[in-house]
Amino acid sequence: MALDPTVRIGDGALVRRLLIGAVVAVSVLVVVMPIAVVVVRAFSAGVGAYLANLAHPDTLHAIGLTVVTALVAVPVNTAFGIAAAWAITKFTFPGRKLLLVVIELPFSISPIVAGVALLFVYGLQGLLGPFLRDHDIAIMFALPGIILASMFVTAPFVARELIPLMQSQGTDLEEAATSLGASGLRTFLTVTLPGVRWALLYGIVLCNARVMGEFGAVSVVSGNIRGQTNTLPLHIELLYQDYNAVGAFAAASVLTLIALFTLIAKVALEGRGAGRVPRAAKTAPAAAPAGEPAA
Amino acid sequence: MKIRLDAVSKTFDTTRAVNGVSLEVASGELVALLGPSGSGKTTLLRMVAGLAFPDAGRILFGDVDATDIPIRDRRVGFVFQHYALFPHMRVADNIAFGMRAARDKRPEAEIVRRAEELLALMQLDGLGGRFPAQLSGGQRQRVALARALAVDPRVLLLDEPFGALDANVRRELRRWLREVHERLGITTLFVTHDQEEALDLADRVVILDRGRIEQVGAPREVCRDPASAFVMTFLGDTHRLPATVTGGVALVAGRARQPAAGVADGPATAFVRPGDLAWRGAGAADGGEGVPARIVRVLDRPGTRRLVVRTDDGDELEIDAGPDAEVAAGDVGTVGIVRARIFRL
Repeated sequence: MALDPTVRIGDGALVRRLLIGAVVAVSVLVVVMPIAVVVVRAFSAGVGAYLANLAHPDTLHAIGLTVVTALVAVPVNTAFGIAAAWAITKFTFPGRKLLLVVIELPFSISPIVAGVALLFVYGLQGLLGPFLRDHDIAIMFALPGIILASMFVTAPFVARELIPLMQSQGTDLEEAATSLGASGLRTFLTVTLPGVRWALLYGIVLCNARVMGEFGAVSVVSGNIRGQTNTLPLHIELLYQDYNAVGAFAAASVLTLIALFTLIAKVALEGRGAGRVPRAAKTAPAAAPAGEPAA
Repeated sequence: MKIRLDAVSKTFDTTRAVNGVSLEVASGELVALLGPSGSGKTTLLRMVAGLAFPDAGRILFGDVDATDIPIRDRRVGFVFQHYALFPHMRVADNIAFGMRAARDKRPEAEIVRRAEELLALMQLDGLGGRFPAQLSGGQRQRVALARALAVDPRVLLLDEPFGALDANVRRELRRWLREVHERLGITTLFVTHDQEEALDLADRVVILDRGRIEQVGAPREVCRDPASAFVMTFLGDTHRLPATVTGGVALVAGRARQPAAGVADGPATAFVRPGDLAWRGAGAADGGEGVPARIVRVLDRPGTRRLVVRTDDGDELEIDAGPDAEVAAGDVGTVGIVRARIFRL
């Protein structure tokens, strides 16, 4: 008797329906409905009110601050991620495994702990507090603190995408390039980087999304000064606590929009093979031959 | 370019991958490094390339000490087992990569022309616009070779170049590599674990085991005159039979006499290949020395009939008989030993 490959043992129709039903129900209750509410509430007072809420100077400032934070934190973390992935996958050195753990640490630490930790180092009562005060450098409750907190939380994103991919690719390509006389920089730019470009972009997209959406760590170090050190997520909370529900939802809808773009970018990049280790390092991305200009 | 290795050693963690290897490769020679996995052959090749550096010993290119010259400046062509083609570059750009990266870069028009020349030499005309993923394994390896040759290397190094290909393509590429080598005359060193490949292709074969050279010689020498029991067993099917040596003559399995010059008196082991044994049926005229045995099975192969026999001593032997040998399982007769190598283990 031929077995139907789509039906596994224990896959009764009832179990299947119950399981699918439960997953759909939970998704709707936990994810879809709340997001739908954000959009609906944002527009509940009409498009005019929505736009007016967005155009409020404090909201605009919060959006600007978030963008500035991302513009600094994301490139720095990208450079860090590439350097870390390169060091870990292409060289062997003592403490390599430890470095891997350290890079991943921010993932497992609650963001609020990260914020408090920064406070302990850079705050007025902190380790470097007296030095910073004497030299009139403001890090806590100012933009540098917000950027530092965002960077701390998102430090692993790029490295985490690159390390498994670069590990699976090995060092053959770099060795080939060097044996052909290419310098280290040329090898990196023309051989290594193109090989990981989609994974890199994927990491950057996720990193950016997290930087823009980070609440916990930033809320500790920003001081929540409206129109000065309020990023978009903090601003949403403030508006909400002011009972300005429409304003809060309007601002939230901006974050949701960013999330939506992130999602689209993520799906598109996953189609290019990012976000997972490819079948074999030697196969080119499926789309490459379709007529991209050669590097 | 002549290559000389002078007592080269390399240790990884605690294993001695290469242990005091000295070797000379003449200019224009095609030499195979042959050995089982873990014999240090790839490490040795990578040290010649400059991808790894010896802990002790020197590597000379001509009369120049190249030990510490980094790979970038060593001017070697290296071909990897898994091709290591740049997947995002077209074939022509892969081949041109080294020429474009060179410090004294030639004009672009010349680079393009040279890449086309190499494509033609590799019989890959018209494929310059493809991506590596669109080529077959054999074509990819030829692109890899063209890419390595494009920078006019002084030495060509190939690491298991045909290891990832299937048998037919492998044989074809082997013949073709030999042709390319004869045309260009470039000193070539290649690593393989396939003895047939080494014997077919190389002027000389270097047989390695556990980081040491067991024997260096022309294919005929290593086949006909193996220097050690390891070389004998590694190069092909062998049987071991007990032997006793007295005064340079060995008595194999208590019955057959074989020359054993240079082997000290006492117990030893005789190594025999299936082709070095002869089957004599019960009624054969030339009795001669032989080990009584019975045929267990007959395996028919395209060129031979291989007889699996069990001797009266209980040893199981395989014998290659001619395709016309009229034998069947159950036959009784004697096994004559035509040739044997005697080693003391």
